[in-house]
Amino acid sequence: MSSGVAVNLEDIWIRFGDFVAVRDANVNINGGDFFSFLGPSGCGKTTILRAVSGFLDPSEGRVLIGGKDMAGIGPNKRPTALIFQNLALFPLMKVWENISFSMEVAGIGAKERRKRADELLDMIALEGQGDKLPSELSGGQKQRVAIARALCANPDVLLLDEPLSALDLKLRQHMRTELREIQKRVGITFIYITHDQGEALTMSDNVAVMKAGVIDQIDSGHNIYDHPATPFVASFVGENNVFRGKIKSINGNEAIVSTNRSGDLLSRIAPAQLGNLNVGDDAMMFIRPEVLKLGPAEESSKSTISADVMNEEFEGNTFSVFLEGDGGKSIKMSVPNAGQDHISSRGENLSLHYDPSNAVVMPAGELASE
Amino acid sequence: MKSDSLIRIALGAYLLIFFSYLLGPLVVMSLTAFNSSSFPSVSPWACFTFEWFDVLFNDRHIREGIYYSIIIGIGTVILSVSMGLAASIVLTQVWPRLRSTYYTMIIAPILIPGVVLGISTLVFWDRLGGFLGATEGSVLHGLFHNGLFLTILGQSSFIASYAMLVFVARLQRFDTGLTEAALDLGATHTQAFRKILLPFMRPAIASAAVLAFLASFENYNTTTFTIIDYKTLTTVLAQKVRLGINPSISSLAFIIIVLTIFAALTLEATQSHKRRREAVAQGRMKPAGKSILPSFMRGNIAAIICVLLAFVVIFMVTTAQSYSPEMCKAEVREARQLEIQERIEALNAARAEREATEEPTSTVTDEQAPASSGAFGGVFDPGNLSTDTAEPEAETTAPAGGSGAFGNAFDPGNLETED
Ligand SMILES: Nc1ncnc2c1ncn2[C@@H]1O[C@H](COP(=O)(O)OP(=O)(O)OP(=O)(O)O)[C@@H](O)[C@H]1O
Ligand SMILES: [Mg+2]
Repeated sequence: MSSGVAVNLEDIWIRFGDFVAVRDANVNINGGDFFSFLGPSGCGKTTILRAVSGFLDPSEGRVLIGGKDMAGIGPNKRPTALIFQNLALFPLMKVWENISFSMEVAGIGAKERRKRADELLDMIALEGQGDKLPSELSGGQKQRVAIARALCANPDVLLLDEPLSALDLKLRQHMRTELREIQKRVGITFIYITHDQGEALTMSDNVAVMKAGVIDQIDSGHNIYDHPATPFVASFVGENNVFRGKIKSINGNEAIVSTNRSGDLLSRIAPAQLGNLNVGDDAMMFIRPEVLKLGPAEESSKSTISADVMNEEFEGNTFSVFLEGDGGKSIKMSVPNAGQDHISSRGENLSLHYDPSNAVVMPAGELASE
Repeated sequence: MKSDSLIRIALGAYLLIFFSYLLGPLVVMSLTAFNSSSFPSVSPWACFTFEWFDVLFNDRHIREGIYYSIIIGIGTVILSVSMGLAASIVLTQVWPRLRSTYYTMIIAPILIPGVVLGISTLVFWDRLGGFLGATEGSVLHGLFHNGLFLTILGQSSFIASYAMLVFVARLQRFDTGLTEAALDLGATHTQAFRKILLPFMRPAIASAAVLAFLASFENYNTTTFTIIDYKTLTTVLAQKVRLGINPSISSLAFIIIVLTIFAALTLEATQSHKRRREAVAQGRMKPAGKSILPSFMRGNIAAIICVLLAFVVIFMVTTAQSYSPEMCKAEVREARQLEIQERIEALNAARAEREATEEPTSTVTDEQAPASSGAFGGVFDPGNLSTDTAEPEAETTAPAGGSGAFGNAFDPGNLETED
């Protein structure tokens, strides 16, 4: 097994005619990492992957794999293997021929190919199914065959384009763990594309969040969730309550935001935006639903929001409470299910408290549309 | 309710008419191959015979025509399938705005009359030879004036367009991602073409090849100009029609029809077998139960018919070896002669009666029955009806021994004039 190799994208621009699909992307992926690109549909994830695998040349910038500039090197010469969004298994070849295709084109004899294919079939728990046609497999099995086929080529970098998007929830969760295990076992670099944030957060060492061709933030899943760098990331990854307003005062890494409808609120400044906020700026403050806590109604401070309960939904592990603050501001709070019958009753006025270090404020910007 | 059944009856009748229109001529033609009558006909039925197959197989021109037709067919298949495939692949690669122009250009040969293609092929290669300085007797000159060479090129010029249409239809369903996947796994472009695209195109290549072969085999318009000193089946047949045909052509038609049915049934049988096997493999269908039939034929009507047809053909061929229609033919001949004899006698009697009242002149003397196969041909010649019947003596007294000898005997006009 080959070990992981670093991948670097330097100032990548990709244009289709006048349309800019990728804008000035700079990404450094360590060897052996599980790296994800996360972003809504059409934001340019596949395009970046195609530039790495060599199916298109960036209009500007360089792709380095293992420190080597890949300009002018075709997809069949790069040490990458791509698992396509639609898998692209060869429909006329048997499963084992699919898996060992990379060996076939390298001129390796059928016996050896069969042996290797059987080994890989064992690994993906499909032993004895090598003589089937892809059309005779289930979705999850096809998935695993596609992975085995890519691994058979002994790539230094495995590129996966939303490989789990076609699967049902249970299978998807199962395949997530399986993929992660495979990655640990073979130790090669995985570049994974998804628009499913859960997938990105659970599997990846690092995540790049993309929006319309621009990479907004590259960080660990944990940091992406807890310390979003832009309003887009804050609203795209996980759920968030957004409070718009202006910066009233700044004190170290904390600021008081004079919100449009909910009064003055205290919040931590996003680390990535520390120098970028000044008093009087338009700002957005984010508080996650699970950060909000119930408190005594009479207490009022710069970390309290008063709101009326509109609705409550039971979601199994949590209760989601939908509230309406002053001026019709809608707020969501989630409370862990600890065996209560319900959290609140409709029309009840609640005082919501939060720890200012769990809220985050940053310059106003574009939000992810639902 | 009533109108419903009415519609159904009308539909049935329509289908009946449609299929008789479609298949009737083929059935009639096949039957004429087995009638000993020397002009292709079904009624009156003379004798059941296989002799026309003998005549066919002993006809050197037809044999040579078939031989060259097959050679040209193979050449055309190779040339037009490869040109069509290349053209269709270019169509998918070419700049989108050029695509419709390119498409029109490529299918234009289909719209051009075959005659024009034939003449222009002839002229083009002749001029090209002249331009290249090929002198009479040189290899190049020989090639550019070779009937086989020119016919293959001339036919391919439009058959390649048919092939391309077949390929384009298939290519539209090709997932270019498969080629990319192959490249990504380290295949060269040639390998990706050979191992991915070509296998995908195989069914289309097979259909295009069959289509090209049939189109080449039956082509006359272009071939007649480009064939020069060679001959194909179509040009031989065309010549024969000009000189008068006999049922050996029907027997050729019969063979072609049987081969076609056979091929169609075999194809259907294998495909139905494959579908069945897939269905069983995917658990959509239970494997066929125990049966005396071999597994291939179970639940496969096409296969059963195919095997039955094979038996019928084998049976026909073996009986053809031993069966001789001579007895029947002799009988028919005798019966005919008898009948003719009677007619003549009746005529004579009538004449004698007349002559008895008037003045005796000539008598019909011919009673000879020529043995040649064309003996009764003229009987059915509609031309006879319009022959001058005022002087039956002149004709009947000058028998040629060949066809038409007894023509007038049956001419209704004859009888009338005698009254
Ligand atoms: N060959 C092309 N020509 C023109 N525009 C293209 C081409 N390929 C992609 N685009 C555009 O680039 C943008 C990004 O496409 P891309 O396929 O990378 O999206 P994606 O992030 O993979 O989306 P999804 O999650 O739906 O797969 C899209 O707006 C798309 O229309
Ligand atoms: Mg995509």
